[in-house]
Formats: sequence, C-alpha cells, structure tokens
Amino acid sequence: MKVTSAISRTVSKVGLVLGFCMLSTALMAADTIKVGVLHSLSGTMAISETTLKDTVLMMVEEQNKKGGLLGKKLEAVVVDPASNWPLFAEKTRELLSQKKVDVIFGCWTSVSRKSVLPVIEELNGLLFYPVQYEGEESSKNVFYTGAAPNQQAIPAVDYLMEELEVERWVLAGTDYVYPRTTNKILEAYLLHKGVAKKDILVNYTPFGHSDWQSIVSNIKKFGSEGKKTAVVSTINGDANVPFYKELGNQGVSAEDIPVVAFSVGEEELSGLDTKPLVGHLAAWNYFQSVESDENEEFIAQWKKFIKDDKRVTNDPMEATYIGFNMWASAVEKAGTTDVDTVEQALIGITTPNLTGGTAVMNRNHHLSKPVLIGEIQEDGQFEVVSETDGVVPGDAWSDFLEGSKDLVADWVKPIRCGNFNAKTAKCSGQNF
Amino acid sequence: MVILTLKLQNVLVKISNRNFIFTICFIEASGDYPGASFFSTEYIVLKIFQHSMPVKSPVKYAIMLVLVFLSATNIVESVYAQHDETGVIQAGPGQIVQLGDKLARAKLKNVQTVLVKMEAAGGDAVLALYQAMLSGDLFYVKDASSVSGNAALRRLVIASKTENRTYLLQDAITLDSLGERTKKQIKKVRSNNKLRGYLRSAIARLTLNSEQPEIRKSAVENMLDSLDSKSIPYLEKAREQESESDIIELIDVAIALNVLRTSEDVDLRLQAIETVQQSLRPVVRNSLTQLLEQDEQSAFIEPNAPIRAKAREALDDFQNKLDFYGLLETIFFGLSLGSVLLLVATGLAITFGVMGVINMAHGELIMLGAYTTYVVQLWMPNNIEYSVLVAIPVAFIVSGMVGIAIERGVIRHLQGRPLETLLATFGISLILQQAVRSMFSPLNRQVATPDWMGGSLEFNAVFSITYNRLYILIFALLVFFALQLIMKKTSLGLYVRAVSQNRDMAKAIGIRTEWVDAMTFGLGSGIAGIAGVALSQLTNVGPNLGQAYIIDSFMVVVFGGVGNLWGTLVGGMSLGLVNKFLEPATGAVLANILVLVFIILFIQKRPRGLFPQKGRAAES
Repeated sequence: MKVTSAISRTVSKVGLVLGFCMLSTALMAADTIKVGVLHSLSGTMAISETTLKDTVLMMVEEQNKKGGLLGKKLEAVVVDPASNWPLFAEKTRELLSQKKVDVIFGCWTSVSRKSVLPVIEELNGLLFYPVQYEGEESSKNVFYTGAAPNQQAIPAVDYLMEELEVERWVLAGTDYVYPRTTNKILEAYLLHKGVAKKDILVNYTPFGHSDWQSIVSNIKKFGSEGKKTAVVSTINGDANVPFYKELGNQGVSAEDIPVVAFSVGEEELSGLDTKPLVGHLAAWNYFQSVESDENEEFIAQWKKFIKDDKRVTNDPMEATYIGFNMWASAVEKAGTTDVDTVEQALIGITTPNLTGGTAVMNRNHHLSKPVLIGEIQEDGQFEVVSETDGVVPGDAWSDFLEGSKDLVADWVKPIRCGNFNAKTAKCSGQNF
Repeated sequence: MVILTLKLQNVLVKISNRNFIFTICFIEASGDYPGASFFSTEYIVLKIFQHSMPVKSPVKYAIMLVLVFLSATNIVESVYAQHDETGVIQAGPGQIVQLGDKLARAKLKNVQTVLVKMEAAGGDAVLALYQAMLSGDLFYVKDASSVSGNAALRRLVIASKTENRTYLLQDAITLDSLGERTKKQIKKVRSNNKLRGYLRSAIARLTLNSEQPEIRKSAVENMLDSLDSKSIPYLEKAREQESESDIIELIDVAIALNVLRTSEDVDLRLQAIETVQQSLRPVVRNSLTQLLEQDEQSAFIEPNAPIRAKAREALDDFQNKLDFYGLLETIFFGLSLGSVLLLVATGLAITFGVMGVINMAHGELIMLGAYTTYVVQLWMPNNIEYSVLVAIPVAFIVSGMVGIAIERGVIRHLQGRPLETLLATFGISLILQQAVRSMFSPLNRQVATPDWMGGSLEFNAVFSITYNRLYILIFALLVFFALQLIMKKTSLGLYVRAVSQNRDMAKAIGIRTEWVDAMTFGLGSGIAGIAGVALSQLTNVGPNLGQAYIIDSFMVVVFGGVGNLWGTLVGGMSLGLVNKFLEPATGAVLANILVLVFIILFIQKRPRGLFPQKGRAAES
C-alpha cells in the first residue's frame, strides 16, 4: 500500500514537472519565430555547408537587432544531418514536427534535397535551397534561390562559344545527379547549336577522384586537333584541386584550354594554391569582387560576425542572404508565418541582391538573377569578364530536354502546379 | 582594311625635317588585322586617325591624305624621336606613354587594339610591359600626379610585392624605380585569356632574337603553333643567325609547313611533307589531316594524288609514333598511381602485414603527415622550396609519436582481439578527424607546391612526364627500399621479424616484445606520415584526406600478400597499371569497379594474396 502511494506521488510530481516544462516551452514558442538550419556540420559536406549555417545565424542576429519579425524575436534551431542523405529526411521531420520551425534554410547537394522533399511536402514545411542545381524540379514547399541551369551553365557555354570561339567541348563531371543532368542539358544545347557529336567529349569521375593523369592527357589530346577546345567542369568538391594541379603540371594553360567550372567559388579557392588556376573561369551569380554598396556592407558584416578578416564570401551565401530577406519581407507582408500564406506572399517579392541589382521571386519558385563569368585571379578572387545585360529568370524545366521542354512551373492560381504540361494543359499531379 | 593599308603604304609622305626621311604609312591597327605589328621594324608606324573610313570617292581620299599629312607633321614635332643604328627612326617613349594611358582606361574589348598599336610604336621597348601584363604584374597608379607631372595621364607601372605588403613600383616603359605604394594606391590593368594569348604570341615575336636559347625556342614553338605566312620572313632571318640545331629544326618545320600550305609546286610540297614529318607537334598532324579531308561531294580538297599518298604515309607514321608514346605514357601513369598506392600501403604493410593489427586510423595518420607539411610551411613561409624536404622527417616523427600513443594507449590492451581493435581504431580515426577539424577548421588547407615540383619533363611534343609524379615515384621506391633495409639489416628489424613469427619464443629469449610492438607501430605510422607529405603535393589537405586512401591501402596489402613487403610493392604497382590501362577504355568510375571485382575474385582463388607468407608463422 505504502509503495503504491509513493509511486503515485512520484508519478504526479513527475507529471507536474512535465506539465510545467511543456507549458514553458509552449510559452517560449509563442514568443519566437523559429528558423530551422539544416546544414551538415560534420562529414564530407561540412566544408561547404558550415559557412551557410553561419550565414543564417548572422542573418537571424541582424534581424533580431532590427527588432525581429511581427514583434517576435527569431530563434535559430540548428541540427546536423552529418552529410548523411537519409539523415536529412529524419532531421527535417524532427525540425517540423518536434521543433515546430516556421521555415528551414538548408541542403547543399541535390541528393540531400531529394531526400528532404517527400517529408517537407508531407508536413507542409517551407525550405529555402541556396545552391546552384540541375533544375527539373519545382515543389510547392521549396524556394530555389540558387541558379538553375539556364542561369549558370547555358550562359557560360554561350560565353565560351561567342567570346572565345570554342568549337570542341569536354564535359567533365563527378558521377552523380547534378553533373549528369547538367551535362545532358548542355549536350542537347550544344547539338542544338550545331556542334558535331564528335566534338563533344563527356567524362565522369568518382567523388574525390585524385588521379587525373590520364584524363588530363586525354583532354590535351582532344584539344590538340586544331579546334579551340574548352572544358565545362561540373567536378564537385575536393576533386577540383588535383584536377587543376594536373592541368598546370601537364602544361595546359587557360589560354590553350580554358576550364569553366560551376562548383568552384571563393571558398573552395581559399583552400588551395591558386597558381595553376589563374585564368580559368567560373560562372556564378555573385562574386565577392563585385563592387556594390550592399556587397561591401555584407562582406564587412560577415567578417565581423565570423571574427576572421580572411574569410571570403561566395555565391550560395548570397543566395542564402536573398532567401532570408525575401522570407522576412514575405512574413511582414503576410502578417503571419503560416506556410501557405507566406508561400503565396513570396511570389513577386523583390529584394536587393549583392551585385547592385534586384532579385525577384518568380511564379515557379526560382529567382531572377544576373549571370557573371569570372576569371580566377592569383589572390583567389574572380575578375568579372562577362555579365548578362539584365537578370535572367530561372527556368525550372529545361527547354533543351525531351520531356521537360513542354513543362512549366507556376504556383499562382489557377495553374498552381510544379510541372504543368503546356501542350496537354495538364498538371501531372506528381508532387515534385 | 588590308587593301586600304596596302594602298597607303605606297603613299610615302616625305617630310624633310632635321634631315630625316620619314616614311609614314597609315595602318588601321585593329584587332582584326594582327599582321599590323609586323610593319614596325620596317616602317615607323604612326597611328594617325582612329576609325576606318570607306575610301570610295576621290574627295574623301584627298581629305584623308591631307589629314594624314597634317597630323603627321604635328606628331613628328611632338614625338621625341631618336636615331637608331639602322637609320630607321624609333618612336620615342612619349607616344607609348600616351598609349599606356589608353591601355589603363580601355575596356577589355578594346585592349587588344591598344596593345597592337603599342607594339607597332615601341617594338622591343614594350617587351617588359607585355611580360608584366601576362604575369598579372601590370598596374597603374590611381593618383597619377604623384608619379608624373600630368595628372590626367595614367602611368603604367610594374609592381612587385614586398615583404611588408606594399608594392615596389617600376615604370613599365623606362623601368625606372618609382618607390613603394600600398595596394590601395594602384590598380591592376585587367586582362583575360584572349589577351594573354595575344600577349604570348607578341612576346614570341619580340623574343625571337633573345640571347637565351630556351626563350628563342619557345618563341619559335609559339609561332609554329599559330603559323601564318607573315611570320616566315622573321623565321628565315632568325634561322640565319641560329646556332642551336633543335631550334633550326623547328624553324625548318615551320617554313616547310608554310610551303605545304601555300606553295603550288608539287615537288617542293612533297619535300615539305618529308621535312615536317620529323616533328611530332599537333599543328603538323592537323595540317596533314587537312590534306586528306573531303568536301561534301566527297571530293578531296587536295587535288594532287601523290601529295595525298605522301601525307597518308606521313600520318600513319605519325600515328605509330603517337601510339608508342601513348603506351609509354600509360605505363608511366600506371606506375605513378602505383607509387601513390605503394606509399600509402607501406606503413600499413608493417602494422597490418607484420604486426597483424587492423588499424582503421591509418588514413588519419597519413592526414596528420599532410597537415604537418602545412604547419611546416607556416613556419618557413620564405623557404617554400625546402619546406617539403623539412616536412618529411617532421611528419615521420609526428605521425610516429601519435602511432606509438595509439599503440600504448589502446591497441596493446586489445591484443589478439581483432574485432575490438578494428572498432577501437575506427573510433580513433573519427576522433583524429574531428580534432583536426576543430584545430584547423573544416576547410581545406593550402599547401604550396615548390617550383621544382611543378611543370613537366618534356621528351618531345607528345610525351612528357610531370615532375611531381616523377619525384613521388622515386620517393616511394626510396622509402620502400629504406624500409627493407631496416627490416633486414637492423636489430629492430630482426626483433620485429622475430616477434611477428613467434611472440612467445621471442619473449622467452629476452626480447622486450612490448617495446618492439610500440616501435614497430611507430615505424608503420611514421611511414604513413611520410606518405601524407607526398599526398599534400597531389591532393587536398583536409580532414577527409585519410578516408580516401584507407580502402586503397588495405586493398594493396591484402592483394600483395599479408606480411610480405615485396608483395606490397608488386601489388601496388600492378593495381596502378591495371587501373590506368582500363581507364581509357572504361572511364574512371568503371575502372575502379573492375579493379575491385578483380581483387574479390583473386582473393577467392588465392586468399593469401600474390606472395603468401610461407613457413610456420603463416599457419598461425
């Protein structure tokens, strides 16, 4: 008898404490708007994603200095999916159903985004994805603030074709979804432009490939047949350093065979000896070297926040910056953080980008961005050598691929569909 | 424009001034007419008015002539002119300074036009400026009044970085010293690939008569690769003065190639094919291929059959040579990949092969070696050339010490329990990775490559070996044989062999097995550290460096035969070769997979690897 009462007393105590705890968290939650940060802080992708986590934290801090949003403070909830793709889905579920975040900034690789998609659509969350990607996707719950292929790859190829009169093409990439899709689009585009099939060499290498001898020698041979040759590189991450080193050592200079890369930015360059890279190209929507007031302010703010004068800024950081500001003004405009209302409010929102222009969120959840081509300099920065006249609206579905050229994404009523077939006037109903 | 130029070349405007006869020719020095610069040595080329003008009516022609005359006399008075030994007048620096100002202001698109004019006006005088621009050292001073009297005139300077982060300036034309400035006071003259290409060929033209044979050689090579008939007179002139036989050969090839392209004489052309055949340069092959091309009606572009036959023969010969050197190249690539595998596996061959410890942290010991190189370079930023050599012993000690600590702290408590050792060392590998992440940040670190390791050793136009790979191949073999020596000739080696063959017996005859274990593990780890130094020159130095190599190293040791160092050597080299011979046919991804499949099948057939250990020790 005594024992039972003791137990029941304990239980009631525990219940009381638990109840109190829950009450206090509920109170806390009402006071803040929660911003989820879903970037890998360990594992292979930590090298790139940690920076974006810090960028979101800096933006949250800035917003709180301005008084938060809707009279509430912002609270960042950071989780670590550890470069493990299935873990991205689990962490998204945790953020949405347990931590009850209002918005998520996250993902880097396409495979991590693909892993998050079913969860974020099921639980109706809101994700801002800040990295250039292969396109062929438009989800109601995702806003793509990085470049679609027509905002990076296609203008870069145009530049090589028109300015450098390139006639032979090497499409070199790491063996995964982004390079495969991008190269498919590029190949279709080049054939469409009248390049002969024999003038295109496609090559894939594993992640972290470090022995580039045969491939570089092959590229050299391919390029020595009298026509101007260029390499379009979708080589990802760490594999770039040995690739460029080998190019330098085998005496392939940027004047002979320029390499235009879509995954090499200031941050990647800060980790390597830039001597063999000088003159090679990269296509992005932002470079740290761009001169504008917003950019100067952003760089100063970043260096102060990270307490390191040598840290650089890069394109995905700008995409995060734009995404965050857009979300903040959409929340202000909608007067709520409710996902469906904010999603509609976001379409058409404009915010200054860091290159002196204005970013617009289009109806397909992609941004309008300027495209810049830069040459790598010895100090690890880029010198802009070409720039599109205005901004280029992001195209979710490529116009050069069979099966996707008829598709449009439009999230405004009456269409409200991510893959609307303009020919049959039907939405496939597929979620993403 | 070319016609216009030629017309005006005939219009000699003779001005009698200070007893000089000026031959003034007008050229439209625009980018689409690169030959313009060649007139510089025969005429004083003065650029008189900028935009082209259609010369159709005689009135316009007359107006133009008057303009030419008027502006010419004006410029002649203002330009500081001086005699040259040949009696040809060289334009003075005044005009080049003007053009320099233009260069500093021009948009990227128009820079080449300005450069063409500069070369025309200055000849050799712009060489230093061109070279500086090519290497990215050409700047202009923002506040022009601080370097010259004229504040509106931007003055070009060559800047070199000093130790205290300022720049030492030199006038780009006169090369006079102009003192120091900070980065903020000067601005770089922008350049791009197209311009650098132009600069390179311009420098080739200007250095054709250089004192140094290497510079002359690269100048001729450059002219040969972008051959046009205008360079032929220069090459012919250079040939007369040339003493180096290989440069003469190159010039002969260039001249013959030109004959082949332009001449109508069949015999001369046949002879030319014979001459160019000697060279392996791609431009030769492309010209020969062009001779065999067919147009849309499948008629040959080259009508003469004997020439086609000769070209076909030459091309076949060319292809044979190419195949031969291609084979040599693939063998070298294979050996080079093998040497990397050998380096990373040698340490493991000791710890796993000889001691039998499955050390999953082996990759991280390699990584520590690579980071040691980085730290050594931080210590001696002014002696990057030697930093790699210094890093070798330091990395050996650092990784060796960490290895000994791992052995003393963890592994010896788990002796004879391979599964637990595997798990524990895997844990250690994660700890080491995260420690490096916390200490050095997750970003890759920049390890500089010393100059002596860059570039390649050229045997001929199609076959060259990169120095860094060559040195690493030699280094890997040196490490391997040094280790053999230690194992065979030193008392430590003797003890190691004794303990690995029969621990209890070794203990019984008085060998301190614990000490030997620690030393052996330290030795294996130290060699992993050395491998890290070599890898820092090939790949990224980052926290994940080790993971990329751990599987490879186990693969090599198991394939070669556990406990046999020679097996590791043969295993590493043959895996490298197999991989590189497969790669051209299958692509890098499939080649890796095929090698793995091959090893799996091989291990099925011969579980103890290529060279199994024999004797009683092998049975245990």
